[in-house]
Amino acid sequence: MAAGVATWMPFARAAAVGWLPLAQQTMPKPPVDKTSRSDEILFVNVSGLRFQTWKNTLDRYPDTLLGSSEKEFFYNEETQEYFFDRDPEMFRHILNFFRTGKLHYPRHECIQAFEEELAFYGIIPEIIGDCCMEEYRDRKKENQERLAEDTEAENAGDAPLPPDATLRDKLWRAFENPHTSTMALVFYYVTGFFIAVSVIANVVETVPCRPLKGSIKDLPCGEKFSVGFSCLDTACVLIFSCEYLMRLYAAPSRCDFARSVMSVIDVVAILPFYIGLVMPENEEVSGAFVTLRVFRVFRIFKFSRHSQGLRILGCTLQACASELGFLLFSLTMAVIIFATVMFYAEKGTKGTTFSSIPASFWYTIVTMTTLGYGDMVPDSIAGKIFGSICSLSGVLVIALPVPVIVSNFARIYHQNQRADKMRAQQKVRQARIRMAKKGATNAFLQHKEDGGLQDGGDGDSTAFCVKNRSAFEHQHHHLLQCLEKTTNHEFTDEITYSEVCMMDSMGFRTSRSTSLSSQQGSTTTCCSRRAKRRAIRLANSTVSVSRGSVQELDTLHVTKTPVGTQYPQSRSSLNARTEDLKLNCTDYTAAIISIPTPPANSPDESLPNSPAIPGILRNSRSSTFNTQETVKISSL
Amino acid sequence: MVLEGMELIAITVVIGLFFVVFKQFGAWEPLTLDESSDCELELSTVRHQPEGLEQLQVQTQFTKKELQSLYRGFKNECPSGLVDEETFKNIYSQFFPQGDATTYAHFLFNAFDMDRNGSIRFEDFVIGLSVLLRGSETEKLRWAFNLYDINKDGYITKEEMLAIMTSIYDMMGRYTSPSVRDVDPSEHVDKFFQKMDRNRDGVVTIDEFIETCQKDENIMASMQLFENVI
Repeated sequence: MAAGVATWMPFARAAAVGWLPLAQQTMPKPPVDKTSRSDEILFVNVSGLRFQTWKNTLDRYPDTLLGSSEKEFFYNEETQEYFFDRDPEMFRHILNFFRTGKLHYPRHECIQAFEEELAFYGIIPEIIGDCCMEEYRDRKKENQERLAEDTEAENAGDAPLPPDATLRDKLWRAFENPHTSTMALVFYYVTGFFIAVSVIANVVETVPCRPLKGSIKDLPCGEKFSVGFSCLDTACVLIFSCEYLMRLYAAPSRCDFARSVMSVIDVVAILPFYIGLVMPENEEVSGAFVTLRVFRVFRIFKFSRHSQGLRILGCTLQACASELGFLLFSLTMAVIIFATVMFYAEKGTKGTTFSSIPASFWYTIVTMTTLGYGDMVPDSIAGKIFGSICSLSGVLVIALPVPVIVSNFARIYHQNQRADKMRAQQKVRQARIRMAKKGATNAFLQHKEDGGLQDGGDGDSTAFCVKNRSAFEHQHHHLLQCLEKTTNHEFTDEITYSEVCMMDSMGFRTSRSTSLSSQQGSTTTCCSRRAKRRAIRLANSTVSVSRGSVQELDTLHVTKTPVGTQYPQSRSSLNARTEDLKLNCTDYTAAIISIPTPPANSPDESLPNSPAIPGILRNSRSSTFNTQETVKISSL
Repeated sequence: MVLEGMELIAITVVIGLFFVVFKQFGAWEPLTLDESSDCELELSTVRHQPEGLEQLQVQTQFTKKELQSLYRGFKNECPSGLVDEETFKNIYSQFFPQGDATTYAHFLFNAFDMDRNGSIRFEDFVIGLSVLLRGSETEKLRWAFNLYDINKDGYITKEEMLAIMTSIYDMMGRYTSPSVRDVDPSEHVDKFFQKMDRNRDGVVTIDEFIETCQKDENIMASMQLFENVI
């Protein structure tokens, strides 16, 4: 029921007097309202801006936050007011809704912010008044389109393929997104080149070349160098056929692919050749065959795979189909009308070119589009008057739908540009998110080294970074520790994990845990990939050093470098890392990976330069130690 | 010069175009002057201010606070200060979504609109409410009689009663249990007249009405429905 109805309730109840004398039964007792009936002014404080309103105003909509008892949760006893920590500007609109019963959408506000506020106060957006509904809907649709584009761009295929992609998937990927691999790029450019070659050959073979010796007439080049041209044509068709077949093979849904516009163009482009092969050398049929050659020009449409602008144009024409249809219809009407008029106007003239109404069509079209070839010209006065009216109206009729088409084109073009911009921004955004995540993990790992694992006691000794941690971080770290204790595994950083992996790849068997992070596939390939794929290159030199150490570990079994030189280097790298860790609390690359904690790994106290560094670093070092030993063995 | 067929038409078209151009210059304005003057009258909207608070306090049995609260609600819903019949019907119909309350609302409107000028002012509204909610039983019954007496001649005829009864049954709508038969209103009217019409003259006067109602325990007990309304 609408808002104001609540105001009329006493009146409606009073009007029940009309039923009173007619009632055959006794009326029921009225409800007793225990709450205070008298109206009072309520104070609502929204982020410092104080609003005052009658209680009745808010009670009008009992299913919203302000109208129900839900607002009691926000009541502040000391200040005797309801306090909301929300946007005061938006609240103005919300309160106006209660006052007037109509919800208005403020045009300058972000649509999502507005919707969130409405959701908070328990108001459904559907009750926005008619005055603002259209604007709201348009903005909402725009926003949704934009979000859909974002997710589409994400899924589109810039994401790395899953490792178990079949040849088909890879092939399709290469075709659809040529910039993903160099092979695809090469293929893309080669096909583009051959399309151009084919089209140019088609054009050039009709140009007259110098005649053969002994004849006077100019021959078209196609006939002079017929062998050459036919070879070229055959080669192009073969390439196009191969491409089409490969695309057909790679397509995830062959039916859909076969029906798509691009594949139809492909087929039409190569079909004339094959039909020509099949067709016999018949006189009558060869005439039709010549016509078929015209279709070879459709090869130029294959360029639309290579040009985004062409695709946009195609999209626009599709989107403006109704406007184009209207244009066509109105033109046809005008053409028929004016052709008829001109025919009858010129009927009296001797030797007139306006021999029939269909003949006048040509004149009308040429005049309306302001071409004016001059092959058909009216002579009589009436003909001239109507001819001039025809040309004036032609300009108008054609000019009317054109702005619609243009605006559609602009819209689609901007959308495309925006999609590209979005994609670039996404990469930056995701990089930032990854960094933030790593920052959080690093803080945790740092906390563990600093003695967070010890229950009380030594917590103060290496408390370099303790000051920076908030209560939230304390609780977060405690939570992560609980998880570690539950699963009996520990969080570690990427580098240590890769080293452990190297260990594995050299035949050292550890009890491999299954709690690997989901991003990694097989055990050996993951680490090599991780070694290669350093997404974030911070200015931390240790990254490159440790990477170097890992790589060197990688190549150990090949080059048989003496481990002795290896050892101090990696050790120094470890030391460098710890120095860094001590001083740079937040600047550290890592990722959450679990490694197994080999039970045989006893903490090695004899390691120099590590007086008070407990925790995982010890573990990792000892495991690297093991690595060294293993390496030693294998290299000998 | 002899003008033939098409040439005639062509010349006519040209002359027509000349007139179109003339209009642009403002040289020829056929029949457009009269309509513009009517627009001015519509600008002033009807607005009504009620009598003072003290006067209303005297006329009604509401306290100052109650009057203030009522007026705020009323003014919010009808900023112009007047309720016309269409609005009234719309408002009342919202309380009875299942049936059709427009006929009954029409009768109510006429009962509230004491000076029969087609719109209810705040005073009418408040005075009516005062009688119904704070008045004595006799006053309430008198008000009900006024409602039933459609032509305000002092007598309730069978036809008037039937109209009222039908409008009340209309408010119930279609989905009732047991379903409303067509004869139900008239049967109810007959029962009513049997009870009320003492002298069997086919009409009910106000005295008959009040007297019978006061004697009926059911009706007196039902008066409780006016408690706690405001």
